[in-house]
Amino acid sequence: MQKSRQQNPVIEFENLTLGYERHPAVHHLSGHIHQGDLLAVVGPNGGGKSTLLKGLMGELRPLGGRFIWPTGRQQMAYLPQRARLDLDFPLRVADFVSLGHWPRQGAFAAISGANRRAVHDALHQVGMDGFEQRSLDSLSGGQLQRVLFARLLLEDAGLILLDEPFAAVDESTTQDLLALVHQWQQQGRTVIAVLHDLNQVREHFPLCLLLARDVLGFGPTAEVLVPQNLERARRMQAPFDPLAPVCDLDVESAMPEAHRHD
Amino acid sequence: MIETVYQALFAPFVDFGFMRRALIGCLALAISATPVGVFLMLRRMSLTGDAVAHAILPGAALGYMVAGLSLGAMTLGGLIAGWIVALLAGGLARITVLKEDANLAVFYLVSLALGVLLVSTQSRNIDLLHLLFGSVLALNNEALILLAGIATITLILLAIFLRPLVLECLDPDFLRRHSNIGTPTHLVFLALVVLNLVAGFQALGTLMAVGIMILPATAARFWARQLDQLLFTAVALAMLGCWLGLLMSWHLDLPTGPAIILMLGLLHVFSLFMGRDGLLKRWLHPGKHLKS
Repeated sequence: MQKSRQQNPVIEFENLTLGYERHPAVHHLSGHIHQGDLLAVVGPNGGGKSTLLKGLMGELRPLGGRFIWPTGRQQMAYLPQRARLDLDFPLRVADFVSLGHWPRQGAFAAISGANRRAVHDALHQVGMDGFEQRSLDSLSGGQLQRVLFARLLLEDAGLILLDEPFAAVDESTTQDLLALVHQWQQQGRTVIAVLHDLNQVREHFPLCLLLARDVLGFGPTAEVLVPQNLERARRMQAPFDPLAPVCDLDVESAMPEAHRHD
Repeated sequence: MIETVYQALFAPFVDFGFMRRALIGCLALAISATPVGVFLMLRRMSLTGDAVAHAILPGAALGYMVAGLSLGAMTLGGLIAGWIVALLAGGLARITVLKEDANLAVFYLVSLALGVLLVSTQSRNIDLLHLLFGSVLALNNEALILLAGIATITLILLAIFLRPLVLECLDPDFLRRHSNIGTPTHLVFLALVVLNLVAGFQALGTLMAVGIMILPATAARFWARQLDQLLFTAVALAMLGCWLGLLMSWHLDLPTGPAIILMLGLLHVFSLFMGRDGLLKRWLHPGKHLKS
């Protein structure tokens, strides 16, 4: 099993550069991710972590390089850093979670009894039994995060992208949700999570990508999160240079024999 | 005693056909325009309804100039003008620096001026009043069938597009990730707004058609905390307001459209104070707290 995973990556990054208006936010990323991998993306703010997730979802076109999907584009579920939810909207928790059926039921198909039971089970799994009839605006921050995880559960995607999922939740909620993440991995789903708590990463995530715009480390967590790499991440250059010149690496690869600076 | 109550509340509708027609027309409006208004409110587009309603006036006036006091021509003119303004305001907001609300303000001021101008050139002010304030007491069969037809179309389309409509207000990013139905849904919804305002202007006039959309929705918000309750409460309040408004207009000999809107306004004020999430409950001590 382990071996077949090694041979069959589901995502490959090929010298990938992502960014906004030619300014790179993720710079020359290469490597691959296998099915069932549990990858933590860490690094300073502005280091390109969220940008990488956006690129994976196809919301950003790469400035250079490309994503390769050897087994076809994965069905993806995404938990944004700050979900832009209108929490004043008068809706029940159960109705909100059942939106996780959208990838299969679409805009018009009916929500069946089986679908409703799935909602019930998902709420049970995130420890929110009995909240079906509560309205969204009555939830605390941690409860809302649990409900969003319940919706992710229903989306039943092969690739799950989490952007700082534990940023504003307490210890016990974090532990419960981490248990779900491990469960997803055991089911063969690939999970990519943007995180800040390095101890949490060391404890729960076998693979790690350290991004400070440039890739400072990509591989087994113990090898990536070493003092030397972390020190480099701390020294990441000023976040934005409006007069940045064209990247040398690209110039060299585009014009290998062209005139260099004297 | 019972006789007095009957005389006050029911007799006008039992005794007079035109009052029955008025009631039926208003109930059809309540069933169709009010749910649209609930979504307008939830999508924070309450003022869009206002702007589109004003735009309907010149369209209807043009229809009148072309074909006289013909229901079909005026309806068609109103539909086209309302649709153009709704689309232009939304579209221009996306490509220019002005936001949608500013665009709507521009369009409705200009189109209201244009509408009044067009009507006044006809030099018969009685018609202008008819357009502005509607003629709920003069609804003929044709108009009733139009109202009922629009109500049917509205309810069917709302039922079909319920899920994307909800999701577009609640979690637009989720909708965009999973589907491209956001824009078609918005267009269908705008079409429903225009359609219902045109229906409303048959009965209540262009200036007040928005009232039966928005006022019951805002009032119901003080009672209901869930979307389904909100829709039913709003429709019930709209029906109650229409019935009371017609009675007020009958007994006090007042213009019907404004009477209905005033009644809906009174229901709003009542809900504002007495509702489950109203002011009175906030001011009063809630009682001893419950066990943790």
